[in-house]
Amino acid sequence: MTTLTKASRRDFLKIAGSSVGGLVIGFSWFSCDSPKMEVLSTEEILSQAKSFNSYLSISPSGDVVIYSPNPELGQNIKTSFPMVVAEELDADWEKVRVLQANLDTEKYDRQLTGGSGAMPHSWERLRKAGATAKFVLVAAAAKAWNVNASEITVEKGIISHKGSGKSGHFGEFVAEAATMTAPEEVTLKDKKDFKIIGTSVKNVDSKEMYTGKPMYGLDFYREGMLHAMIQRAPFGMKIKAVDDSAARGVSGVKDVVTFGTSVAVVGESTWPLLKAKKLLRIDYEPDGAVESTADHDRIFADLMLNGKPDVKRKDGNFDAAFKGAAQVVTAEYQCPFIAHSPMEPENFFAHVKGDKVELIGPTQTPDRARQATAQLLGIPLENITVEITRLGGGFGRRLRADYVEEAVEVSRAMNAPVKVTWSREDELTGGAYRPAVRYRFEAGLDASGNMIAYKLRGVGMNAGNCTRENNFPSGAVANVLIESIEHKSSITTNAWRAPITNFLAYAEQSFLDEVALAAGKDPVQFRLDLLQQAKTSPVGGELGYDVDRMIGVVKAAAEKSNWGKDPNVKQGFSVYYSHRSYVAQVADIAMEGGTPVLKKVTAVTDCGMVVNPIGANHQVRGGIVDGMGHAMYGNLTFENGVPKQKNFDSYRLIRMKEVPEIDTHFLDTGFDPTGLGEPALPPTGGAIANAIFSATGRRLRSQPFIEQKEFSDIKLEIRRA
Amino acid sequence: MANYNLKINGKSHTVDVDDDTPLLWVLRDNLGLVGTKFSCGIAQCGACTVHINGNATFSCLTPVSSIGNAEVLTIEGLSEEGDHPVQKAWAEVDVAQCGYCQAGQIMTAVALLKSNPNPNMEEIDNAMNRNICRCGTYHKIREAVALAAKTK
Ligand code: FES
Ligand code: FES
Repeated sequence: MTTLTKASRRDFLKIAGSSVGGLVIGFSWFSCDSPKMEVLSTEEILSQAKSFNSYLSISPSGDVVIYSPNPELGQNIKTSFPMVVAEELDADWEKVRVLQANLDTEKYDRQLTGGSGAMPHSWERLRKAGATAKFVLVAAAAKAWNVNASEITVEKGIISHKGSGKSGHFGEFVAEAATMTAPEEVTLKDKKDFKIIGTSVKNVDSKEMYTGKPMYGLDFYREGMLHAMIQRAPFGMKIKAVDDSAARGVSGVKDVVTFGTSVAVVGESTWPLLKAKKLLRIDYEPDGAVESTADHDRIFADLMLNGKPDVKRKDGNFDAAFKGAAQVVTAEYQCPFIAHSPMEPENFFAHVKGDKVELIGPTQTPDRARQATAQLLGIPLENITVEITRLGGGFGRRLRADYVEEAVEVSRAMNAPVKVTWSREDELTGGAYRPAVRYRFEAGLDASGNMIAYKLRGVGMNAGNCTRENNFPSGAVANVLIESIEHKSSITTNAWRAPITNFLAYAEQSFLDEVALAAGKDPVQFRLDLLQQAKTSPVGGELGYDVDRMIGVVKAAAEKSNWGKDPNVKQGFSVYYSHRSYVAQVADIAMEGGTPVLKKVTAVTDCGMVVNPIGANHQVRGGIVDGMGHAMYGNLTFENGVPKQKNFDSYRLIRMKEVPEIDTHFLDTGFDPTGLGEPALPPTGGAIANAIFSATGRRLRSQPFIEQKEFSDIKLEIRRA
Repeated sequence: MANYNLKINGKSHTVDVDDDTPLLWVLRDNLGLVGTKFSCGIAQCGACTVHINGNATFSCLTPVSSIGNAEVLTIEGLSEEGDHPVQKAWAEVDVAQCGYCQAGQIMTAVALLKSNPNPNMEEIDNAMNRNICRCGTYHKIREAVALAAKTK
């Protein structure tokens, strides 16, 4: 089906250009000013790329430059966004160049990376940008050739008219096209005619990455720039006194600057600062609760019993149904704080020049970086520019602007351009963690093993709402009670890839297996029965998930994994809906001479249309590796406000030899594309824990698995075929 | 501070730094060779991997004073245009997500293939286990090393 789409007032289209320059097409989401005229050659378009934010420029030589507004941290948006524009434009992908756009809140909307939301948000807008450019180019060619535009075809950047035998490349028509008015409506392609979308397009930054070009924030250098490293206070503490004499004695250290609860050592290169930071003698004193992990355990136990819950969902009457149940199942699950650990540590460049600020570095939210800076210095937003470098991973860490503010503070104090660099120790001890959470589940079954009552109470450390009340199994159970309790901890937390669901999914999917076992049902059939219930007679109000799509991935995963067919393979099932996508996973453990060997994870994903299969595959496999690694090993414990794990020697990340085979499948359900940076992670811990249970009879109710006593004598091997 | 004459990527460079300065920071801060990455600084992740006389080495814990006349090779010295067989395999398999660890991964793979031109999968896993990829591109790294071994 061909979609006709109208540019709304908000999505005002802008065409700019001139007879000697290129064609520039952009969306202006918020303004309705008249089209701006620009005179640009290819070189100018490329050299001005940093200041001229548009979606797309086409030069007279036919080169196509597509700007990618969202920060790139490995989710591959810098490749997939331009694919969508190029598709509707019918450009020759080989001639497309992609550039990272700077922050521009007038020209781009939602210029951030988080929530797996970029593609669903921009899908139609990107298509319109490409289709609009194509429309005016075709109109320009029709005018030049004096033929009917409807008889013109476009393929790989070549515009042709069969009747007259005429053809030419995009560049020949940009001058004329740039004088035209953007159409109010454009026709989008029929999905079956897609030539670029749905094909595996390789990363546009491959060459730069594999030859070691400077592209990350940490690689940024400016003549005259100073470096800074910072010692931050333990959680719940403030500075009493600073003795920086030894630190100042390190050759290469220029100054020591104290602000808030932080002490910065400043110099001309990094190594002296790493040394000097260790020589700072800082006395701290309590400034609030100074917490240790033992305190957290007490707080969890107390609040689980006595806390005042925030009721998130209430269907039917849980207490009555639970009391009258033929059989009940209860269990508690818990996860620790963990860090984001992007391989590129936090860093940012700032240059405060009077009331103007230049910011350059890795951020998932350039706008938040700007807002924070404006607030800190009391200057208008317009005085601040933000250039986005490639991000060496993010996982949510770079949604916070704390390290941007630090760079601003030190630049202001030193009256010089400054780059702040965090060490790995800084990253692991510096806060912004995935919150620690404890869940208590209670389920009641009737005499035939149907789940008639389901209760979830979560207690989180700075976790906000630590439940997802409208997710499965809500809607499938007659009596449901979902409650959340928050403890305000001095240990700072932050969104962590698939916030909340990164652990909730594991706890819930493991608990559902416990219930299925009690009901004497096969875990897959148990879930399908519940979903059937949610489909035919949904209970309660709003449901967050589409029941049919969830049934779809459950059935497909059972089929693709050969569920229950091989008695020598012990399997664990898990399914979760998050960030608009559905992922079901099955983990396979084979018993080899009494040793359980984790061999494979099968994943079936419904993320609507797959834009770039190679990239989608990456996101799913990466999400599973991430989910598995943190479920197995990730743990931060605290002693008096300081994490005990300070670097990768004690804070373990998953490695090459610890990943099983991952078999990925995607269901084409005809929906528009949804996000994929996060949804594959939540189901993984549950699939693996359920497989471990089915192989060993040991139920793992806390993470990390390797530190649980139930796991201590299990010699799980992880091996690929 | 002392002067050190280093042989890096076939060229000689003189730097004036403290003798305990790790090679990593000499490369990054003094010579602008930022392809070699900093991540853990304690020889745990491999992001800073370079070759010293052909051996994959963590440059974050290698003091400049220990290098002497040894030949240092960094990602920038592997090829001008990214056409070293291992780089080509990386591009062909489309290994990277964020890409930050990949220079180190490539340097480890090049060293492996030099000492063992036809590694089996287990040998690849053993060699590459010293490099962490936080994005979890391990399957593709493995695939790319195997491809490079075949095509070199
Ligand atoms: S930075 Fe050298 S091994 Fe991690
Ligand atoms: S690709 Fe991101 S750390 Fe390896």
